[in-house]
Parts: sequence; structure tokens; C-alpha cells
Amino acid sequence: MDFRFSDEQTQLKELLDRFLTKEYSFETRRQIVQEASGFSRTMWRKFAELGLLGVGLPEAHGGFGGGAVDALVVMEAFGRALVVEPYAGAVLLCGGLLRDVGSDAQKAQWLPALTGGAFLFAFAHYEPGGRYELNRVATRAERQGAGYVLSGRKSLVQHGGSADYLIVSARTAGERDDPEGLSLFVVAAGAPGVSRRDYVTQDEQRAAEVVLDGVAVAEILRVGPEGQAFPAIERAVDFAIAASCAEAVGCMSALNAATVDYAKTRKQFGVPIGKFQALQHRMADMFIHTEQARSMAYLAAVKAHAEDAAERRRAVSAAKALVGQSARYVGQQAVQLHGGMGVTDELAVSHYFKRLTAINLTFGDAEHHLARFSDQLLVEEKSRG
Amino acid sequence: MDLNFTAEERAFREDVRQFVRANLPDALAKKVLGGKRLGKEEVLTWHRILFRKGWVGYTWPREFGGTGWTAVQRHIFEEECAAAGTPPLLPFGLVMVGPVIMEFGNSAQKERFLPHILSGEDWWCQGYSEPGSGSDLASLQMRAERRGDHYVVNGVKTWNTLGQHANWIFCLVRTNTQVRQQAGISFLLIDMKSPGIRVRPIRLLDGEYDVNEVWLENVEVPLENLVGEEDKGWTYAKYLLGHERTGIAAVGRSKRELRRLKRIAQEQRAGGRPLIEDARFRDRIAQVEIELMALDITCLRVLAAESENRTPGPEASVLKIRGSEIQQSLSELMMLAVGQNALPYVPEALTDGWHGDAFLDGLDGQDAPFLDRAPLAGAYFSDRKCTIYGGSNEIQRNIISQMILGL
Repeated sequence: MDFRFSDEQTQLKELLDRFLTKEYSFETRRQIVQEASGFSRTMWRKFAELGLLGVGLPEAHGGFGGGAVDALVVMEAFGRALVVEPYAGAVLLCGGLLRDVGSDAQKAQWLPALTGGAFLFAFAHYEPGGRYELNRVATRAERQGAGYVLSGRKSLVQHGGSADYLIVSARTAGERDDPEGLSLFVVAAGAPGVSRRDYVTQDEQRAAEVVLDGVAVAEILRVGPEGQAFPAIERAVDFAIAASCAEAVGCMSALNAATVDYAKTRKQFGVPIGKFQALQHRMADMFIHTEQARSMAYLAAVKAHAEDAAERRRAVSAAKALVGQSARYVGQQAVQLHGGMGVTDELAVSHYFKRLTAINLTFGDAEHHLARFSDQLLVEEKSRG
Repeated sequence: MDLNFTAEERAFREDVRQFVRANLPDALAKKVLGGKRLGKEEVLTWHRILFRKGWVGYTWPREFGGTGWTAVQRHIFEEECAAAGTPPLLPFGLVMVGPVIMEFGNSAQKERFLPHILSGEDWWCQGYSEPGSGSDLASLQMRAERRGDHYVVNGVKTWNTLGQHANWIFCLVRTNTQVRQQAGISFLLIDMKSPGIRVRPIRLLDGEYDVNEVWLENVEVPLENLVGEEDKGWTYAKYLLGHERTGIAAVGRSKRELRRLKRIAQEQRAGGRPLIEDARFRDRIAQVEIELMALDITCLRVLAAESENRTPGPEASVLKIRGSEIQQSLSELMMLAVGQNALPYVPEALTDGWHGDAFLDGLDGQDAPFLDRAPLAGAYFSDRKCTIYGGSNEIQRNIISQMILGL
């Protein structure tokens, strides 16, 4: 049992902290989100130079190696700095899918471009009309000649508007809610039949609605075996959830520090408001929530690699549920304790709060994951008899 | 990062498990797992079993007859004991006064007291709180005045747990009224058979008598029973309070109680189906389980820090607060699981020699005998104490805001 980071992870963490402190101030971020794509291509290139875009991806294909704990290190630092670049979607989700189910040729073709920052990938999976169910896919991929024709609509594709390539889930068999029958395809964003509507999300990130209207895709662009993509999708999303828990912990730590600082300097009734016990206990609870969330982020990162899917799901859902609840408490209380300043756009506080809210609403909120955990609990108890 | 125990630690766990399985009397385990009352002799039975094995001082260094185990080994031992349903080891001698004597006592005190704590010959109780001094412990009034070769002690201690069985009490007493509160306190070891000591039991909300008031009226205590230096008792008391870290989280016990809760929720029926199939109720179990998972990892983080000889980080202060809240949630859910059938108050059902009651057993027309639900409401009521003792959770939050957040 060891909670220390490896030497490499420690170096990664120090490098990130130095880099982000210097290059990613809140004011810089304010300018970045004004850019047309909603993130900074320059920053993205710097991430690539630092090797960040290869974290968790195989060294043979330009990756940095490592796994979910390395991703945790990156995402916690990104959470602290409120980084908006499409790291989780491009590297963790798309890179992870290519790593897990891509052929050697596909890995050789795509991963160096992905880790080098040449091409931006986005994962086009969720669809309108559903909530968090990963098996709800109506988009169809019909066999046609030596390839497929894709038709359907994808929703809330993170940074889908800027992506060069989309990894699209589509149904090669089965009905809308079947876990079976899903396949994955690499689709060029500019391919005929692809149209996109890009928008800003509540947390100043970007997403897109993507319509696929008879998009022809060659067979070699199918990633993984036909009709069997669901377990890979679930695994990649669980991996991304574990990482998003770490990002939330980064946000919460930053919010706690900002709130304690504010309470020490803001004076009312002639004393710093941090002298009031009602507020002290609130901050103590924010601290407790954050430490418990940190513990769960560790657990999720370690279990993200579990061979047994049930074991992985159990830990990841427990983590996402608890982190969602903690993030809600910490976010709301940080705003409350900042008083009027907490509801302005001027301070970083409200931006952290919105990001934490968005993290909860992504890949399943606390209620969703509590239910997923609870349903698995029933299965376990029934098998115990 | 690696959340697994090492091969040696897993082997150690197996040894502990084997020993507990082979030596814990079934009848005792059954009572503990069923939440029944334990008497003095039952607590001592398990204490003596561990003493004979050389494990009762599992938190003690070897030189005083302890096991010299690492923090992780102690944790594993606690988990295994809790899972099997061993009676609790009382902390007053082993975890509280013992370490203080080891650290600050003289050699005569070490020789006199430590072996008897291990053997169970001495049953210690705690004399800290007073009617006017709870969270503000340093305001304590019990007076000890030097008269020749002894102190004369006067005052009242309260919330004294199981003092009715004790032959020794360790007390914080005021030896100096001329200095600031914390600087006038001494740590005294007092024989409960001394003339002038009266124990008044306090009936608690669950009808039980676990705590007492202890009245001392002109009790003569030999000077040799002073631990360390006069007026330095506050330092020793703080040492004692800081000595217990991960045990206070009661993770092992809560894991066991979670299993019990799930079992009850399987047995109880709602709308003709097992209660556990009711998503509304099951989600509440899931919620506690998730919080317990987080506490477990937080606890391991503290242990890992201890085994690397690092001072545990701020996460240590989370343990008492969340640990006690989880304990309370579990006992509350067990009561709620049996619904109105938790209401009959039949205290004799919790004692030995009760063999069921045809009416009560058939009251809910279900399979589970009354005996299984008899302790549930009482446990819910009684567990309110968890967030009050050991430094109330409000005091714990004060500590976090002052020591960690610097407010």
C-alpha cells in the first residue's frame, strides 16, 4: 500500500505546476476562452511539447506511457488551473479507445498525430433524447460495398467543433438501447455529410451537435471489431470519469484555498469573517469533502485498470457519486462564503463553481452513479443469497 | 500508487484471521454480531485470550510487552477482529493511560501498572470530563491538594464509561489555581477502592448504564501516583488525545455493520419483496457504503503516512468526524429497515437467558425472530454519542479550522 507518486509522476506534477502557474493564469484563461475555437492552439502545442498529450498512451506510438494515476496527476493540475483545452476528450477518451481497440496500423497512423498535437480528436457518442446511458445509440452504420454509411445525430460532443477527426459510435446491429451491435469509426470532421453546430457550454468550454447524413466511411476506419464496441466505450468512459474526479479535486482544492484566503482578509463587524465559527465549520466541511473526494479519485484511478469490469464500475461509480456530491457542496459554499463577490464573473470562484457543476453533469451525475452502484449492490447481494 | 497490501501483510492478515477463527468463542461472536449486550466477563474473556497469545498490547512497543506491530498491521488486526465480531478491547488502559505511563511515568509506575493492563487484572476508567467541563476540558475543577505524602482530591468526574467495573481511574485534577488553566492541571492515578469515592450510574436514553458520575470526597492519593510532573498534566492529556488516530474511524466495525444492514434489508420484506429490492431504501445503503469506501481510503492514506514515518496529513482529522457520522447512519438505517417493528422495548431480550417470545416473534409475521431487531432502536439512540465523545464533532471542526486552515 503506497499513496506516493512515482518519481516520474512527481516530476510530471512539478512540471505541470510550474508551467501552469507561469503560463495559465486566470487572466490568460479569460483571453483563451474568447478565442474562436474556445481554447488556445498555442497552448495545445505547448502541451504536446511537454509530452502531456501522450500521458497514458503507448510509448511505441509517441506516447508518454503510464496510466490512470498519471492522468490523475495531469487532471488535478488542470482542475486547479481551470484548463479549458480538450485534453480529456482528445487524449483520454479518443486516445484511450485507439490504444485499447485500434489495430497496430491504426495506432501507428493516428496516435503520433494525436500525441504530437497535429490532429485533434473528439468522441462523438451521446445522442439527443438520452441522458447518461452509454448504450443508447440510434446512429446507424449500414454496410455498403467495402465500407459503411453513417447516419444519425450526436450531441454534446466535447470540442466537436474544432476536432479534425471524430470517433463516432454507430449501430451496425441491434435496437437503439442494446449494448450489443455498436461499432466505432474514425470520421474526418470535414467529410461529406458531416455538419456541426458548435456552441459554448456553461463552464466556458465548447461542445457541438453533430449531424451525420449518409457519411461514407471505409472499412479500415472502423476501430475494433464490428458490433462489439460497448465494453471498450464503457471502459474508456470509466477511465475518463476517474480522470474527471481528479480534475474536480483540483478545482475543489483551489476553491478551498481561495475561500480560506478570502475569509482571512474580508472584514465585517471589525474582524476577518474567518473568525466566525459558523463560517469556520463550513470551511472545515469543505475541507472534509475535498479529502474524501481525493480518496475516491485515488481509488477510481487505481481501479480504472481493473481486469474485472464489475470491480472497475463499482469503484468508478462510487467515486463519481461522492465527488459529485462533494463538488456540489464545496462549489456552493465557496460562492456563499464569498458573499456578493461569489456571484460575480470577476472572481475565479464562480468559474470553478460552474466547472464543478459541469463535471457533475458529464458522464453521469451523482444520482446516476449512485443508482449504478446501488443496482450493482443488489446484484452482488442476490448472488450472495 | 498501489492500494494493495503487501504479500507479508496479506499473510499477516491470514494469520490473524486463523487465530481469531480458532479462538473466538461462537457464543461471543454471535452476541457481538447481533448487537447484544456484553457483560464485564465477556469483554475480559476476549481480552485474556489475546493476552495469552501476546496480542492484547497490539498497539504497544515490544519493550512493554506489546507486539511492536506496524500501523498497517494494527489496522489489519482491528479489521479482522471487527469482521469476526470480537468483543471490543476497552481503550482506557490499552490506548489511553498505558501510553501515557510509558511516555511520562516513572519506572515504578511502569512496573506496577503496565503488566496489569495487559493481563486484564486492572480495569481502568477515565476521569476527564466534569459536569461543568466538557468541550472546555481545561476549565476542570477537581482539586488535588498536597498534604505531606499524599494529595487530597475533591470533585466530580462524569461521562465515566464502565467505571462501575473499574479498580483504577486516571484523573485530570487541578493542582494549581494561580496560573492559566492549562498550566495548573496534573495527571493522577487513583485506586477506585480509596475511601471517599462514590460511583453514581447515569441511565442513558437507551435504558442502559454505560456511564457514571464519580464523586471524590477527601480522597487520599499517594504522591507516587502522580504521573510525570505536577502541573504538566495538560501536556500528557493532549498526548493521549493525539495518540489514537486511525482506530477512531472504526472502519472495520462499520464494514461489519454494513454487512449486517444488508442482511437485514434482505430479510425484511416490503410489499412482499425483500426490502433491498426497493431502490429508495437500497440507495441509502449505497450512499453509506460509498462514504465508507472513501473513509477506508482516507484511513489507509493516514496509515501509509505513519508507516513512512511521515506525520499524517490533514486527512487524519477527517477520520473521527466521518467515522462517527457513518456509524450513526448505519445504526439509523438498520432501525429504519425494520420499520415500526423496531418499536417494542424489551430490554430483557438483550440479556442472556432470553429465549424468545411467541407473541413478539410472530408480531410481524416474518421469519426474523424478535431477537434480531430488539437491539436496533436502542443502538440508534445510543449511537448519538459517537459524534459527542472523544472531542465532539464541533470541536473537531474547530481543530480543522484552526490547525489546518489557519483561521
